[in-house]
Amino acid sequence: MSNAPVDNSRRRFLTIATSVVGGVGAAGAAVPFIASWNPSERAKSAGAPVEVDISKLEPGQLIRVEWRGKPVWVIYRTPKMLEQMKQHEDQLRDPNSDEAQQLESAKNSYRSKREEIFVAVGICTHLGCSPTFMNGGFGEKVEGTADGFFCPCHGSKFDMAGRVFQNVPAPLNLEIPPYVFLDDTTILVGEEEGVA
Amino acid sequence: MMKKLLIGLFALLPTFAMAAGPSMPLMDANIDLRDNASLQRGAKLFMNYCLGCHQMQYQRYERTFRDIGIPVEIGKETLIFDDSKVGSHILNAMSKEDAAKWFGAAPPDLTLISRVKSPDYIYTYLKSFYKDESRPFGVNNVVFPLVGMPHVLQELQGLPMPITEEVVEGGETVTKVVGVETDGSGEMSDDEYDQAARDLTNFLAYVGEPSRLESEAIGIKVLGFLVIFFILAFFLKKEYWRDVH
Amino acid sequence: MTSKYEEQTTMGDNTEAKSGGVVSSVVNWIDDRIPMTRVWNMHIAQYPAPKNFNFWYLFGSLAILVLVNQIVTGIWLTMNFVPSAEGAFASVEYIMRDVEYGWLLRYLHSTGASAFFVVVYLHMFRGMIYGSYQKPRELLWLFGMLIFLALMAEAFMGYLLPWGQMSFWGAQVIISLFGAIPVIGEDLTQWIRGDYVISGATLNRFFALHVIALPLVLVILVFLHIVALHEVGSNNPDGIEIKRKKGSVAEEDKPKFKFHEYYTNKKDVVDAIPFHPYYTVKDVLGVAGFLILFCWVVFFMPEMNGFFLEAPNFEAANPLKTPEHIFPVWYFTPFYAILRAIPDKLAGVVAMGASIVMLALLPWLDRGKVRSIRYRSIWHKLNIAQFVVTFLILGWAGATPQTVFSTILSQICTVTYFMFFVLLYVYSKNEVTKPLPTRLTK
Repeated sequence: MSNAPVDNSRRRFLTIATSVVGGVGAAGAAVPFIASWNPSERAKSAGAPVEVDISKLEPGQLIRVEWRGKPVWVIYRTPKMLEQMKQHEDQLRDPNSDEAQQLESAKNSYRSKREEIFVAVGICTHLGCSPTFMNGGFGEKVEGTADGFFCPCHGSKFDMAGRVFQNVPAPLNLEIPPYVFLDDTTILVGEEEGVA
Repeated sequence: MMKKLLIGLFALLPTFAMAAGPSMPLMDANIDLRDNASLQRGAKLFMNYCLGCHQMQYQRYERTFRDIGIPVEIGKETLIFDDSKVGSHILNAMSKEDAAKWFGAAPPDLTLISRVKSPDYIYTYLKSFYKDESRPFGVNNVVFPLVGMPHVLQELQGLPMPITEEVVEGGETVTKVVGVETDGSGEMSDDEYDQAARDLTNFLAYVGEPSRLESEAIGIKVLGFLVIFFILAFFLKKEYWRDVH
Repeated sequence: MTSKYEEQTTMGDNTEAKSGGVVSSVVNWIDDRIPMTRVWNMHIAQYPAPKNFNFWYLFGSLAILVLVNQIVTGIWLTMNFVPSAEGAFASVEYIMRDVEYGWLLRYLHSTGASAFFVVVYLHMFRGMIYGSYQKPRELLWLFGMLIFLALMAEAFMGYLLPWGQMSFWGAQVIISLFGAIPVIGEDLTQWIRGDYVISGATLNRFFALHVIALPLVLVILVFLHIVALHEVGSNNPDGIEIKRKKGSVAEEDKPKFKFHEYYTNKKDVVDAIPFHPYYTVKDVLGVAGFLILFCWVVFFMPEMNGFFLEAPNFEAANPLKTPEHIFPVWYFTPFYAILRAIPDKLAGVVAMGASIVMLALLPWLDRGKVRSIRYRSIWHKLNIAQFVVTFLILGWAGATPQTVFSTILSQICTVTYFMFFVLLYVYSKNEVTKPLPTRLTK
């Protein structure tokens, strides 16, 4: 398709140089358009950390709070619940929580900062439904385990530490959000110590 | 309209009435958006003296703190006086209906005031209140005649007295306010008050267009890049056009 | 596009030829299905353009650049704009403050609107001085005038969207113009507004037209404008044709370039060069120069002292309070001045409409045979000069608070505006012109 009689290295160099610089310019011009799709200040403000008062939380009770539009569960686990969690570890997909679904500070057998207080994002890791808390009655899903979470959409099962059972569609344990205890009865969901 | 009102006032109060048009030239605000200390003092003045009546309904606390160099935690403690979250807009609790009842008109939102008017106007306005017993709040303003707002910075500036001049306008001699002079009852000296007015103006100018500095920082780079591109394109064009000439 | 083809033409060694095998088979596959290469050659790589285009010929491609800018930034603004009387103003401030780089997208769009008119006015002026509207380019000119009209409608409706004081009252004034039409006027204005005043209903319909209908119309008109241009060929600063009768040009006078047979079969072409690469590289240079000026405004002075973004528009629309001084954005002020110059509502509207119709009628008002100002009489040069001065004064007068002085000045300039066309019609019949060159000059 050449329609230019003269051809030389200077022309080639200038053509390539201009094209490269022009390409860089076009890529730079795309930045504001791409960046504008990030969460805006309004979205960030709406997604700011949420304080949860747990002074009235009773053993065995679950409360839901909304953080970044997602349900976050705060559960007071009874000693019985904590005890039974050790019994079914062989039936879990990732009993030691090796997958990065929690903060370092919550990477322990209870997946929490305090043994009895469990905080988790209440969204099934399969396709995003919110599992049902079965306080007792979970035995019909998993024998020998009285309490757990059952996802009504596709039957995924999680134990009282949000760990997923084998042979269900969900691939990962429930996500643990960043949170911090402001004092004995207040949790701030959405923020980890030292991280603004 | 305004003139008729003023003439009316003149008739009612022959001893103390002046045809104060916005004829006074605006003073130079001489602000500097890069001066964080000034912006921070301005923010403090705004939160203390203005926010009671005037909101900034489009501007958020957190962004403001970040932009003018106040750590969020400190800003939260020292500049948020109600239970607003740091991510929320700078609002007050005054209802529009109440405000309209008290002041005759709802106090305007100040987010964009520096763009509707100008920084120079705001600076001049802040320095142009003067004692006028005929007004509901006891003050008037040289650049905003019949202003419906008290002189909220009076405790800082003191109560300014009008400086008047006799001028002939349309064949009539009228008394005009051409300047003000404080009675010295305020906490601040004249220079200190000028600086306070400048700080507040600076802050309002920042809020009017919070992207200004970022825009100029990016703009310099973009222009530099375009100049390089222009030079390359120039030689490319010249090279090809050797075929034609 | 430029760079891709450049590389192909400049890299000619063996390794390139091998990979070119894959490229050419893909190209062949596409060409069997749509005429890609043919269109490329016919309209770009082998399109004969006069070799003497000057500075004035950059504005056509710049207009396309600005159109693309408006469409892309417009799409992005739509993502966060709320088209309602309650939400519009706040959503613009949301874009300016809360959306990452939202301020840049908005300034690119607001500055782009003014840049569009700068470029289009210069493009039209180019057409006037070089007689580009004359036969056989009448339809090309008419498509251009339709683009200008669509652009004015687009700009006017877009200006309502930020829902500031100037948006509201500007729209109020302009829509009221329709009220001047006898009998149906009042009903018509109400129908346009969809309410007794400008309201959310007006905003919503203007939004729909601004973001979908008019851009579509504009793009189609631009396409037709270019189709018409390529059919008749570009005019040039000398105003003489580069396409000659077949067989009338000696072999040694023919250009050394290959042009598409669509052009060379019927005519002989002289003093032409292929649009690509010569005018593509020149347009790239023009684009770079334009962008320097454009970005300077966008990043450092987007308000342009109140000419691009008017101060009262930073205050939300208030139907109960008119700003002290309403005037349209600068690109409408010359026509607005004509409207205000005439102390009769209907006559004013008619005069304003006529001022644009006259421009559209240029191909028939100019009865001269010589196109370019270079070879026309001193009368023509003076007439165009007075038209430029008139247009600038009207632009100034339309943006100034009405005084006795500005009204008289507007009235004088309204007369001289129309006198331009009348005089042109008179002297162009038997105009004494300079002899035309047989070939293009530099």
